[in-house]
Amino acid sequence: MSILSRRDTLVRAGQAGLVAGAAGLLAGCDALDRSPRFRKILSLGEDMHRHSQRLLQDRDALATEYSSDDLSPVFRSNGTRLPDSADYAAQAANKFVDWRIAVTGLVARPLSLSLADIRSGPQRTQITRHDCVEGWSAIGQWTGMPLHRVLAAAGIRDTARYIVFRCADRFGDTPYYESIDLVDALHPQTLLAWRLNGAALPIANGAPVRLRVERQLGYKHAKYVNAIEAVASLGGIGRGMGGYWEDASNYEWYAGI
Amino acid sequence: MSDATGPQTREVADPSPRVVVRHRLSTRIWHWTNALTLLVMAMSGMMIFNAHPRLYWGEYGANADAAWLEIGARGERGYLRIGGAQVETTGVLGRWRDADGMTRSRAFPYWATIPSNYSLAGGRLWHLSFAWIFALSLTAYMIRSLCNGHLRRDLATDRSDWSPRHLWREVKDHARLRFTKGAAAPRYNSLQKLSYIGVIFVMLPLMIFTGLAMSPGFDAALPIAEAFGGRQSARSIHFITMCALIGFFIVHIAMVVAAGPINEIRSMITGRMRIAPEAPGEEA
Repeated sequence: MSILSRRDTLVRAGQAGLVAGAAGLLAGCDALDRSPRFRKILSLGEDMHRHSQRLLQDRDALATEYSSDDLSPVFRSNGTRLPDSADYAAQAANKFVDWRIAVTGLVARPLSLSLADIRSGPQRTQITRHDCVEGWSAIGQWTGMPLHRVLAAAGIRDTARYIVFRCADRFGDTPYYESIDLVDALHPQTLLAWRLNGAALPIANGAPVRLRVERQLGYKHAKYVNAIEAVASLGGIGRGMGGYWEDASNYEWYAGI
Repeated sequence: MSDATGPQTREVADPSPRVVVRHRLSTRIWHWTNALTLLVMAMSGMMIFNAHPRLYWGEYGANADAAWLEIGARGERGYLRIGGAQVETTGVLGRWRDADGMTRSRAFPYWATIPSNYSLAGGRLWHLSFAWIFALSLTAYMIRSLCNGHLRRDLATDRSDWSPRHLWREVKDHARLRFTKGAAAPRYNSLQKLSYIGVIFVMLPLMIFTGLAMSPGFDAALPIAEAFGGRQSARSIHFITMCALIGFFIVHIAMVVAAGPINEIRSMITGRMRIAPEAPGEEA
């Protein structure tokens, strides 16, 4: 066998090996991706991100705030753009004057807040960058009541560890829900926002009230909020992962990265 | 271990043909860990890119804003657009058939992504956990290379490495697939030094920092997106550097094949490299 043809054979074997290797790699990764045990190992990475970010961040460290020159010309909306229910349509037609946000769970004084309640008292206005898990970003100006004021008024109990938000929009039959822990719930930039860029919050962006959790990705910022519940554990919420996308598609509960 | 284990050549046993220890254990372990990790990072990264296959400059960027790069589909045709230039990429990018023959309109094809079926959450799970292995192994390797002299002895450049005339000669030699033989073969040439330094100390750290710049949680601790011109710029630089790393990988593999794949791969597994005897009169 000449050197040339031997090399040819080697190259061909190499190519075949490469193709087989690539196919094997893909199949292997997909098999691992389906294995609950392997996913559990991978999710350790999420825990490490949460712990290291919390270690690096000051508890009240602020997300970057911008000036009005930095605003996105168009603030993109995503997820539900118009909740599909007769009740929501009636509320919207009525300018949400009858909208109520129930504050319940592990609190000393359950509340039922109207839009007027949310708009009264000290408000916070901030220009921040909204980062979607998909990769896009939009900068907008938000005004709303800091969530810590609501929680102080309701008097959250010592046993409460998470705040759950329930929403008027549905994915199939499931109303959207999300949750954050007390570190984010008591953060100064965490708002029940009712204004975007100086105007009433548009329906596409979560009217009449949406959550802002500036140190996390967009899917944590629950829109159309109509109930707030303080809980000790996320076990009884949905399938127990703490949010709609977390339960439906395995998105991370901690969305700081 | 203090004497000699790098490209510095140490003769082992029988002198003919000469076998030298070329790569240290730390280099070999990191090389293969990093190769596997970068492969997973690139493929899971392409899955994440598929969720929003548009790139922007600046702090913000979404569908209503101008994208400088976009992979998409119009009707039956897939395309890649960079600035004003557009090429049709049907079958590979934007629109392609999956393993079952189903036509899909996604940016990167199934064979380039982890997992192969569209799942942003799945891609993120892989990407963000392997990011730890990537960053921690790189840091450990950098510290090890600083301590064991690998950096100083094998990678550090001197003025001659940067001389344009010398570099041009090396480029020509590489293009003609003429490689150093004999005693000088185990040592890195100037192009190797510069590309390895560029990858290890510039491109890989850039991947880590542009990655962190996209994290809203990290932003509150250390707002570094600004240093890259904003979060969407950081995302663009992350993507461009990924492409540059794939370019490095292709040239790297081509050079390994050209220089003798068995000897080269063996040297990165066992550390040992066989040196061809010098032909009389040939320039080493």
